[in-house]
Amino acid sequence: MANAITIESVSKTYQRDKMSVPVLNNVSLEIPEGEFIALMGPSGSGKTTLLNLIAGIDRPTKGRILVGGTDISTLSETSLAKWRSSKVGFIFQFYNLIPVLTAFENVELPLTLTKLTKAERKRQVELALQVVGLSDRMNHYPKQLSGGQEQRVAIARAIASDPSIIVADEPTGDLDKKSADEIMTLLTRLNKEFHKTIVMVTHDPSAADRATLVRHLEKGDLLG
Amino acid sequence: MKIFKIIFKNAFRHKLRVFLTIVGISIAVMAFGLLRTVVTAWNAGVEASSANRLVVRQAVSFIFPLPYADREQIAKIPGVEVVSPFMWFGGVYLDKKNFFARMACDPETVFDVYPEYLVDQSVKETFKKERNSCIIGEALAKQFNLKLGDVMNIDGDIYPGKWQFTVRGIYKPRDKTVDATQMLFDWKYVDERMKQDSPERAGMIGWYSVRIKDPAQSATISERIDALFKNSRAETKTETERAFQQGFVASSGAIITAMNVMAFVIIGIIMLVLGNTMIMSARERTREYAVLKTLGFQGGHLIAFIAGESLIISLMGGLLGLGILFPFVAAFEAFMPKGFFPVFNIENTTIIIAASSALAVGFAASIFPIQRALKTSIVNGLRHIG
Ligand SMILES: Nc1ncnc2c1ncn2[C@@H]1O[C@H](COP(=O)(O)OP(=O)(O)OP(=O)(O)O)[C@@H](O)[C@H]1O
Ligand SMILES: [Mg+2]
Repeated sequence: MANAITIESVSKTYQRDKMSVPVLNNVSLEIPEGEFIALMGPSGSGKTTLLNLIAGIDRPTKGRILVGGTDISTLSETSLAKWRSSKVGFIFQFYNLIPVLTAFENVELPLTLTKLTKAERKRQVELALQVVGLSDRMNHYPKQLSGGQEQRVAIARAIASDPSIIVADEPTGDLDKKSADEIMTLLTRLNKEFHKTIVMVTHDPSAADRATLVRHLEKGDLLG
Repeated sequence: MKIFKIIFKNAFRHKLRVFLTIVGISIAVMAFGLLRTVVTAWNAGVEASSANRLVVRQAVSFIFPLPYADREQIAKIPGVEVVSPFMWFGGVYLDKKNFFARMACDPETVFDVYPEYLVDQSVKETFKKERNSCIIGEALAKQFNLKLGDVMNIDGDIYPGKWQFTVRGIYKPRDKTVDATQMLFDWKYVDERMKQDSPERAGMIGWYSVRIKDPAQSATISERIDALFKNSRAETKTETERAFQQGFVASSGAIITAMNVMAFVIIGIIMLVLGNTMIMSARERTREYAVLKTLGFQGGHLIAFIAGESLIISLMGGLLGLGILFPFVAAFEAFMPKGFFPVFNIENTTIIIAASSALAVGFAASIFPIQRALKTSIVNGLRHIG
């Protein structure tokens, strides 16, 4: 199978008060299409940084990142924004829903950037909310939902534009065991039934068990 | 879902904060409008004055009289068309509070010099013939419910005694800047009584209004008039009506300047109020903006979100402010002594300045937050706690 994501000798250094802080050291990784990979490692080891580079919201200091054949490290800011909106779905630890928008509107948000008509958008949103099992909560605001439900709305938002890759940064980090299990079941379904390539950062071994591939980071080095 | 809907929902996220901001802006806009209205009312006399009219007054002060005999000499100067005498009469009508101009004038020439007071020809004829007739402004007639044929009793103070005038005409102002609260009557009627009661005060008038042919000649003619009476008992000072009015207004000039400055200081305050609200809102949303960027929204979208929100708030404040300005100005006018400001209305320019200031402030207040939102990288925005 073709690689969905190819990371070639990527290093990342942050500048902090004139000091350079190396965060990733010469990391190389290939993720085949349809894989569900879990990135684990201690706090500060660079997991989020690596995920952000794959998702195109940060740029490597050195090296190349190819996603679906595109070298995203060379794209302009504008092309990168367009690329993200069509190719990558994002799931965050703290859901990051917009509080003044309903569940429906939150899921619709990324679709407002597409050429879809209102009716087409409505169909997509309803479908996505159906997949995450929240068809009956469309008009609820985030604060009227439980954490698990909020994360499911976030997942619906991530899949609404039908991206091929989903990145998730500790998606169960803020949830109780039962909700966490539901979220993991959902992600597994997205991987198995909808053939999404998923890159997930997690501290939770039981979450990592659901992945098809687990890799560890340690102080900016990819182990194994 | 349109972008506008998001902007609107964002604007009303913190209901109390936005409510207070809008009320703050509207009070400021109202205060701005009120100050400007008072200032323009004050200046209305100057603006209404005409460039082809000169005012000849006693050199020392306009409270000292001039001889009626000067009139013919002034009339002989080339370029002078009409010379019309006026005299401030004072007196009390019904109650000391009633403050309006009561002036003795020359019925033969007054409307030639002041064509902005519109009356019928028949009224002018009656005014010339009937000694104790008077003509009053439309606004004055309305205020005291006076009709043609009514008698107005004035208690004299500068010119003591009981005076009775019959209303024979009501003039209409040619436009809004013309004072429609004056009372005009025949100088000869007053002078005849003076001849009997205190002859030493007879034959005197307050000032002359002189209509000239060519406004460009005003300086030359003024000099020639003043030269006529040089070294006489009553030296004159001649200036254009505009300068005369400005002299009148200048005595209160410092206050007017202060009010004008205040009006614009208020705009600065609105900016700070709104700027503060916008900066707080944008700071709280640092992470949200990062999420929006992550989802593919770009700089232009964020500018629209932030500027749009700021504009909605400033426009609502501006509209509300203008909405309460009208009743406020009406209340203010009612509170002032009647006729204190003969012309008191909210000018279109005031409304336009207020509305466009609100708009400009809306834009200005969003500059900082926009700059910040654009500058913050996605990664740092997502790491933001708040
Ligand atoms: N934008 C940034 N500016 C400066 N330093 C940064 C930035 N982002 C991350 N770092 C630093 O890089 C290192 C790795 O951070 P990263 O967030 O990738 O760790 P992580 O493995 O996701 O940790 P955690 O499990 O706590 O989320 C940390 O030392 C962090 O302080
Ligand atoms: Mg992390």
